[in-house]
Amino acid sequence: MTVTSTELKANSRDIRPGRIIAWTLLLIGGLIMITPLLFMFSTSLKTSGQVYDLRLIPAAPTFDNYIKVLGDGRFMQWFLNSTIIAVTVTISNVFFDSLVGYTLAKFEFRGRYFIFLAILSTLMIPTEMLVIPWYLMSSQLGWLNSYWGIMFPGMMTAFGTFLMKQFFEGVPNDFLEAARVDGLNEFTIWWKIAMPMVVPAISALAIFTFLGNWTAFFWPLIVTTSKELYTLPVGISSFSAEASIQWELIMTGAAIGTIPTLLVFLLLQRYIVRGVMLAGLKG
Amino acid sequence: MASANAISQTGPVRFWDRLNISTKRVIWAWAFLAVPIIFYAGIRFYPTFQAFWLSLTNWDLLRPAQFIGFANYQKMFADPVFWKVFQNTFLYLIIGTPVSLVISFVIAYYLDRVKLMHGFIRALYFLPFLTTAAAMGWVWRWFYQPVPIGVINGFLSSVGIPQQPFLRSVDQALFSILIPAIWAGLGFQIIIFMAGLRAIPSTFYEAAKIDGLGDWAILRKITIPLLKPTTVFLVVFSSIGFLRIFDQVYNMTSNDPGGPLNSTKPLVLMIYQTAFSSYQMGYAAAQTVVLFTILLIVSLLQLYVLREKK
Repeated sequence: MTVTSTELKANSRDIRPGRIIAWTLLLIGGLIMITPLLFMFSTSLKTSGQVYDLRLIPAAPTFDNYIKVLGDGRFMQWFLNSTIIAVTVTISNVFFDSLVGYTLAKFEFRGRYFIFLAILSTLMIPTEMLVIPWYLMSSQLGWLNSYWGIMFPGMMTAFGTFLMKQFFEGVPNDFLEAARVDGLNEFTIWWKIAMPMVVPAISALAIFTFLGNWTAFFWPLIVTTSKELYTLPVGISSFSAEASIQWELIMTGAAIGTIPTLLVFLLLQRYIVRGVMLAGLKG
Repeated sequence: MASANAISQTGPVRFWDRLNISTKRVIWAWAFLAVPIIFYAGIRFYPTFQAFWLSLTNWDLLRPAQFIGFANYQKMFADPVFWKVFQNTFLYLIIGTPVSLVISFVIAYYLDRVKLMHGFIRALYFLPFLTTAAAMGWVWRWFYQPVPIGVINGFLSSVGIPQQPFLRSVDQALFSILIPAIWAGLGFQIIIFMAGLRAIPSTFYEAAKIDGLGDWAILRKITIPLLKPTTVFLVVFSSIGFLRIFDQVYNMTSNDPGGPLNSTKPLVLMIYQTAFSSYQMGYAAAQTVVLFTILLIVSLLQLYVLREKK
């Protein structure tokens, strides 16, 4: 977006009441958007006796709920499971989706277009259609109730492959040729020369894959029956159903599931917003 | 020992050296694609065909699958619950997609012009996108409780509006679930709309201003038409999301999933219950084929309709 100096002047002179009203409404709307999050945190700091007091700021905030919920170890285990799974799947996607995207963008061979179309066509297949065959496969191969069982369907995605292909197409061939003349092998050229040139795309892919797997619910719910292997969302769901009407504990569990992504966002806000824009526009 | 090693190494090296550069690159390409091809064949394509096949069987986890033709489909189309679920799924789509797109466009349109505290206000709208639907389903469920627990009813009673049943009502429950679903997706749509708005070259706006067009005319004649690719993407993306709604419904109605009286049950929840509560795997597979068909038709239709309009 280029803003000329005349436009800037026009903008600063342009403080009309309409603008102020629009700004105020936007701010109010934004505050309404985070109201559920504020109430969740507020209630997680209340005792069971104070839950009916609907004031946003707790009269006597306490971390007792967190101690209680984290104390029995289950949440720690689910947190660990979710972290291991989301990190592993993200690494796998960054590696394989980039490798395939690069191959489809930069190599010429018979069958390239067919492979591309075949991978792209899997975007049309909803996960829900595959879960029954995946469940059958997992039970036959002993993958039920295992990290691998939760992870295997997402190890590569057509979305990531397509995104990376788009970006690798923008990498100039001269760089790759120069490396080839220097005698580097193709794998090294991809890893050492091409990959560093698409870092924004890699971070976009990593953010999306991590978030998608961190919040994933449907497949982990199906493939895990033993509580030790639940991911955080499945754990929160089962814990909340058990806690029944102890809302302060339910809110604490929900907060524990929400805090990590919010923290990461606050630290990496610019990259995340840019990553979402990149993925949305190119993907 | 050393010489034997040297000989066995020179063999393949010589063979490799004799190949010309383009052949070498083809071999590299297929080597890179080997594992992904096995993955896509084994974990995407084979299961897809298997789902179609299972939909023609009576497989129930206990006995081996037997071919029963289209009996599952006949049973489904004769089942009033399926039609109720079908209707619910489309209600989520028909209300959710336009409402969320209009709201997110209006917010993006104004937010794009805001300079004061831009990043902060944007963050407020974006934060819900980063939450876990399973967790937020419970937060909203708590919001909808009757007094003295629920925040919304508490607010309503303080301004003198009668109590609303929300999740307990056959008429209100579906909308009560739709609100958090729209809420969670808004931030993403706003960010994408803003990216689309910024991709419009400013020369268009300058030309329009010289021609003396007002804000409204610029919006109608320049912004909205030039934003079409972004809009098409978001319509398809959010429609697919609403057609596949599950997490919110499951968590907000977990004591009677899809209730009250199936009034909130979407297709994916029906699939889940048929497969993993009553273990009628063949019947559930037939339902997934219907979901697949709906998603395919909706995506193709929307791409077609939006492409036709200028």
